[in-house]
Amino acid sequence: MVNRIITGAHYGLRDWLAQRVTAAIMAVYSVIIAIVLLSGQPINYAVWRDLFAQGWMRVATLLFAASLAWHAWVGMRDILMDYIKPTALRLGLEILTVLLLAGYLAWAVQILWR
Amino acid sequence: MPGRDLSEPMTTSAAAKKRRPKYLNLPAILFEIRLPLPARVSILHRISGLLLVFPMTAWLLYMLDASLASERGFEQVRGYYLQLPLVKLALIVFAWSFFHHFCAGIRFLLLDLDKGIELRAARASAAAVLVVSLLLTAVFAVALW
Repeated sequence: MVNRIITGAHYGLRDWLAQRVTAAIMAVYSVIIAIVLLSGQPINYAVWRDLFAQGWMRVATLLFAASLAWHAWVGMRDILMDYIKPTALRLGLEILTVLLLAGYLAWAVQILWR
Repeated sequence: MPGRDLSEPMTTSAAAKKRRPKYLNLPAILFEIRLPLPARVSILHRISGLLLVFPMTAWLLYMLDASLASERGFEQVRGYYLQLPLVKLALIVFAWSFFHHFCAGIRFLLLDLDKGIELRAARASAAAVLVVSLLLTAVFAVALW
């Protein structure tokens, strides 16, 4: 029998699953974008602007950005938990990571809907 | 532990534990331990992921922002900025980080589904990840230059 010490809200399964689901979303987006960019006409400003003006592209890119933020949070937290032992330093770096990723997401929204 | 003479072992098993060699420092990992390929792919997955989070994502957002802001911005990014040799070099580093993280990530997803978990298959897929991501990076570099 496993004796669990009941502290904390969850045991990491949600993070593990979220990291994999977001990975799949980003992989699909990356492949689609690569196909769009490589198979279409040569990219000039008009083509580039029109691509990001389309609704599906904005929604897909926002989905990608949100996936990246969640995925990178789980991955960065894993790295910090493994290598940064002093609690204060780790907490500080975790806060910096959250701010950085939230900033990325806000920046992406601003770029897409300006 | 304060107040206890550390030269005096508490029990024999603790003393034996103390004398065990530890190789978990960076020089040992880099030069003494011959890590198997899957371990190398795993650590490179972390390094490439870290690079993608910072600085690569910030850098790409900066370029996306500038290129979508105006036609002048677009031409600045494509006609001038992306032609700088140092920028091209950084793009190649980004490409490797992305391709390695992508390929290794697909491998980990398959491992999670119990595909290719036998030693031989796992080592072969690890080698494939390293080779394929380097090949894709090479193709990218050639197309860029």
